[in-house]
Amino acid sequence: MQRTIMDFWVGLFVLAGMVSLLILGLKVGNLTSYNTGESYTLFGNFENIGGLKVRAPVKSAGVVVGRVTDIQFSLETYDAVVTMDINSFYRFPKDTFASILTSGLLGEQYIGLSPGGDEEMLEEGDKIMKTNSAMVLEEMIGRFLFDKAAED
Amino acid sequence: MYKRIAAGIQAIGHRAIDGIWRLGCAARFFILVLLKSTTSFLRFGLVIREIYFVGVLSLIIILVSGLFVGMVLGLQGYETLQKYGSESAVGTLVALSLVRELGPVMSALLFASRAGSAITAEIGLMKATEQLSAMGMMAVDPVARVVAPRFWAGVISMPLLAALFSVMGVFGGYLVTVVFIGVDEGAFWSSMQNAVDFRYDIVNGVIKSCFFGVAVAAIAVFEGFDAPPTAEGVSGATTRTVVTSALAILGLDFVLTAFMFRGVD
Repeated sequence: MQRTIMDFWVGLFVLAGMVSLLILGLKVGNLTSYNTGESYTLFGNFENIGGLKVRAPVKSAGVVVGRVTDIQFSLETYDAVVTMDINSFYRFPKDTFASILTSGLLGEQYIGLSPGGDEEMLEEGDKIMKTNSAMVLEEMIGRFLFDKAAED
Repeated sequence: MYKRIAAGIQAIGHRAIDGIWRLGCAARFFILVLLKSTTSFLRFGLVIREIYFVGVLSLIIILVSGLFVGMVLGLQGYETLQKYGSESAVGTLVALSLVRELGPVMSALLFASRAGSAITAEIGLMKATEQLSAMGMMAVDPVARVVAPRFWAGVISMPLLAALFSVMGVFGGYLVTVVFIGVDEGAFWSSMQNAVDFRYDIVNGVIKSCFFGVAVAAIAVFEGFDAPPTAEGVSGATTRTVVTSALAILGLDFVLTAFMFRGVD
């Protein structure tokens, strides 16, 4: 076979491979929503994180605004310290409320941010003061049974 | 009685030592190929020629298998998921299983049987017909001239083939579930994009296929170079390439998966 024809086919093959990687990134994966750009870090202390995992989304009004990057247990306050990376495009007031929510009945858990009315905005490294723990089914059932018993 | 047991143990020991000795040969040969691959990068035309035979000619089987694997995944996934009313998650199922596992593994298995066996047979036959010795007589190093370009062609082709396989699979899943069955198109793509992370899923899949490419190409060239120079020897070496590559791919896949996807926290 002629050299040029072979070169042509190999070039086509390599190009097709590259294009399919690009398709995987853009169409199948989340490269479009990937913000390689700026982000800032927020912390939040939660009494109970339930099943929250690293890389879980941080949403506000249902829109993904960031991701959970780290979860640690604090020995000073004996609760969970959750580190979140928030896209710099989105700013939240100082009195923003962070709660751990579940998408759907059995879905994965995420952090929901509900903005307050403060004039000042949360900055890099700030701590969200108002947090709401994950709902734990056993505790809810326990409370329900306790209430029932109290009624009787 | 006592003698027979001793002979049995001796046979086991003999085979074990043989196997380890061969493994050592393969490792030394692998390092030799790496050391002598400068020529294949200086004269890249040699590698391009091999990529044509190893990569371009494997395209058809890779693309067709990818399409059908994706279509079957779509059908089966839909069948199970619609029982729970979550048939829109079929896109996630198809994409994740293809990008993480099936794409790299299936294309590597196909690549080993389509291209790996051809490399082994070619090198083995060159050895049997004493072309390699003739090269040595002319002061042309057969490892640098024949083995290294084939090795690098395999290493370069494998990730590209795996990516093509995954894309065809996703397209096949789309074809069956969205076009034929009628799952909502928006939900199909958006649930897929929500679940598939570029760094975590796609890059890890590509890394996997790079490992498989190195493993398959190294096994193929070693078996070819090591084949006894007879018709029987070459045929045995070709069979061994396919079997060893398949085992190596599956074993490596388990190890890599255990490192990559055992949960982040």
